[in-house]
Amino acid sequence: MTREEIDNNGDAMMIDDPNPKIENEFNVHYLRIYYGNLFPYSDIHKWLSYGHDGKHPGCDEYYFGRREFSFTLENDVYLRYKSFKNASAMEDAIKSNFPYKIDIGAVYSVDPDKRHAYAHSGTNLFTPVERELVFDIDITDYDDVRYCCSGADVCAKCWPLMTVAIKVIDTSLREDFGFKYILWVFSGRRGVHCWVCDAKARRLTNEQRSAVAEYFRVYKGNENNAKKVDLMGHSLHPFLARSYVDFLKNFFEGELQTNQSIFSSKEKYEKILGMITDEDIQSDLRGKWENSARSSLSEEATSLLRWEQLKKTLQSKKNKALSLRTCIEEIVFTFTYPRIDLEVSKQMNHLLKAPFCVHPKTGRVCVPIDPNNCDEFDPLAVPTLSQLIEEINAGGLSMDVDDDSDKSLLGKSIKFFRSSFLEPLLKSCKEEIESSYKTKIGKSKDTFSW
Amino acid sequence: MEVIRSQKRTVSNDIVSTPTLPLYLTAPPMEVRLEEFELFAIDRLRVLKGVSDGLARGRNPNEMDDLVDTLWKEHMRLPDVSEMINKDIISHFVLRLVYCRSDELKKWFLSMETALFRHRFRIKKIEEQRAIVGEFGLPYKAVIGAELESLKERLVLVARSLCQTSSDVENIYYKVGVPLLSYLFIYYKLQIHLSEQLIHFHLKKVPFEEVPDLVATRRVLLQKGYAFVAGSQLVSLVVTQFRSHLSKALILTNRKWTTTIREREKDRLTPIVEALSTSYLGPDYTQSSEYADISLKDIDQVSKSSFPLCMRHLFEKLREDHHLKHGGRMQLGLFLKGVGLKLDDALAFWREEFTKKVGSERFDKEYAYAIRHNYGKEGKRTDYTPYACSKIITSAPGAGDHHGCPYRHFSEDNLKAALSRMGLSSRGMEDVMDKVRNRHYQLACTLTFEAVYGTSCDTGINHPNQYFEESQKILKSKNPTAPV
Repeated sequence: MTREEIDNNGDAMMIDDPNPKIENEFNVHYLRIYYGNLFPYSDIHKWLSYGHDGKHPGCDEYYFGRREFSFTLENDVYLRYKSFKNASAMEDAIKSNFPYKIDIGAVYSVDPDKRHAYAHSGTNLFTPVERELVFDIDITDYDDVRYCCSGADVCAKCWPLMTVAIKVIDTSLREDFGFKYILWVFSGRRGVHCWVCDAKARRLTNEQRSAVAEYFRVYKGNENNAKKVDLMGHSLHPFLARSYVDFLKNFFEGELQTNQSIFSSKEKYEKILGMITDEDIQSDLRGKWENSARSSLSEEATSLLRWEQLKKTLQSKKNKALSLRTCIEEIVFTFTYPRIDLEVSKQMNHLLKAPFCVHPKTGRVCVPIDPNNCDEFDPLAVPTLSQLIEEINAGGLSMDVDDDSDKSLLGKSIKFFRSSFLEPLLKSCKEEIESSYKTKIGKSKDTFSW
Repeated sequence: MEVIRSQKRTVSNDIVSTPTLPLYLTAPPMEVRLEEFELFAIDRLRVLKGVSDGLARGRNPNEMDDLVDTLWKEHMRLPDVSEMINKDIISHFVLRLVYCRSDELKKWFLSMETALFRHRFRIKKIEEQRAIVGEFGLPYKAVIGAELESLKERLVLVARSLCQTSSDVENIYYKVGVPLLSYLFIYYKLQIHLSEQLIHFHLKKVPFEEVPDLVATRRVLLQKGYAFVAGSQLVSLVVTQFRSHLSKALILTNRKWTTTIREREKDRLTPIVEALSTSYLGPDYTQSSEYADISLKDIDQVSKSSFPLCMRHLFEKLREDHHLKHGGRMQLGLFLKGVGLKLDDALAFWREEFTKKVGSERFDKEYAYAIRHNYGKEGKRTDYTPYACSKIITSAPGAGDHHGCPYRHFSEDNLKAALSRMGLSSRGMEDVMDKVRNRHYQLACTLTFEAVYGTSCDTGINHPNQYFEESQKILKSKNPTAPV
């Protein structure tokens, strides 16, 4: 729509006051405008169809219709097992419900709407058939190692924990597991989600998903143990070693120290001393640090100095016991290594929030994150609903849903989604549909020759 | 597989050439006698239940290896090797019919058969293991040459990450043992030149999906979706294959069962199949053994020394209230019969208590008949069998009842009080309560037994009369002459 059209169709935009005062970040009114004009329906539909757009004889035209969605409405009303024949059915449903949250579930053996017709006693014919491999990383799981915020808050000092988590997991998914079509999404407030969309990933069983999640698991903590990372053995597994050398070590000694100063107070350093299994070394260091408490150095410098002292002490004593050999790495891992929510990844039927939803508490859009540029991502600069509405009101460039120019707030995200993720994915999906179709045809041809 | 009634059985000549650990990929063509159909299945079921028990008790893999070996020899061994293999195969396929019929049964069977297979595999020699892997027809290639070279440094890291000692390192990759290399590995700090010798790694390149447990525990190197599996890790590979195959087979079997077999065999195999999954497999204690012949004068003492908690509670309540409701009369009455109480003594015993409450005339009129009935002296003269734990646990005591299984039916406080009256320490009680909270009621009773008598009970308690007999054995061996 051009500028003139906007002015002329002011009524159709449902905005009474051309320049309303934008107050809350989130409200139903704004949500309606968002879903009315900005949500990228056809991109989401293209993604979740994985190439089954009906244009090729090998397409499964019912594939999209077997995907479960769920809506969370105002007042926490929860609607599960929603499914849509096509993009416009999905769009209509969203525009008539204006859900606060949209979740994406699995592709089932039959249309979720019709699941009751297939429920037999003894054996269940309504089962998940495909589902992306997903991960959920939430910064509240790091509350024991971040000192700037806690709970739902997040700031520039602790967000880098998410950045390093993305780097570690993304690298491993590509290098170790061979996955290629990976989408990272901001969860809207304090975490990130990861969607692995390769065909191989979508067909993993629950047991295999569990195996991948456990492969990534290092931190085993609860309030009962002081040492939550136990790296046994004579060396680190190559995956952990690579993560340490490429990402974790530098992050710990650099940005983390600057932001968190994890040795600067007694309370803080006691936590770390508790991870050293040798009592003598503990008291040795404790003595040194208690005495230097009145030093004139800054918090950050003190912290760095103590870290150096700790490393030196452990290095010299490392032959004392096997458990001391990996102590330095254990401390680094405790503070920096990704902590994923295992339950989210293990089951095919687990629902996860859809990209481009709006978070009800912050009003921010769940935009994709580029793993190759995740250092630049700032959760506090993500467009909010009110910013988007203001942009519309200001008659900013077209509010066309197909707009992916760099000039609009959301345009950049949509452009990234399309070019970096959707296009390569769809290309490979079409190739797969083509080749499996050819194989099928080839096989049936063979049966005629006897 | 064809079930016949005749005495002779024709055995296909192919049987002798199959390996000693069958994969049950297809039902082989053979004829099975009807009696064998049930008996073989029962023997295999004993093995599977033993496996289940071992796993519930948290036995480590080496202990499970030994347990499986023992169980197999005890229940499945036959003098002729080919007969033994037949029994193995027949019993597996019969149990498939039994356990395909619901999701719960399938899940149990799948877990136990997979565990059984895993441990039987583990104790085979490596050449046999490789042959079995070959049987599955898996297309995994060995990793050699330049590819191996590029991986060697990281492979060594993986091995070292799993080891607490240097000898562990050599065990990861050299099950067959290449002495020179083992020697070299002890000097893991030095640069190790492994080039040609790495051919002996017997490494296979396998899609990571095929070895989920190795991936989950980071016991393998991963690269671009492939896991590099060492010879000693073959177990993981085959077990995944085995389980996946059996899981699919059970679904097909269930379909066949519900559509054709169940109806066709309703007068012959179906009743056997339906009874097998719920059968209790121990002795039925209808005839009391030599260890259990008690007389009235001993009964109070014996109740304190040798009764399991469920019966002790019923007994105490009977003495206290001079009455028990029907459920309690049945449970305790049959137990006492199994314990060796003769009919006359039983009548005297119950009369002594009940007349304190209801009077002699009412006792004769309303209760004596039932006692004689239990002993098979009235009505259709069935000699009723004392209840096994499985029956007692699933009973549903209501208000005023005292039967059932205390580990299941008592509140936590009441159970703890009862256990302390039995003489358990608070430490012992915690172990028992832990089992109770996890709903392992029979294991809880077994732990109580072990705590009271200071000895281990490897078979586990599954019948109150078994508890009694074992207890008497122990007490009599400690003090042969004194009355217990």
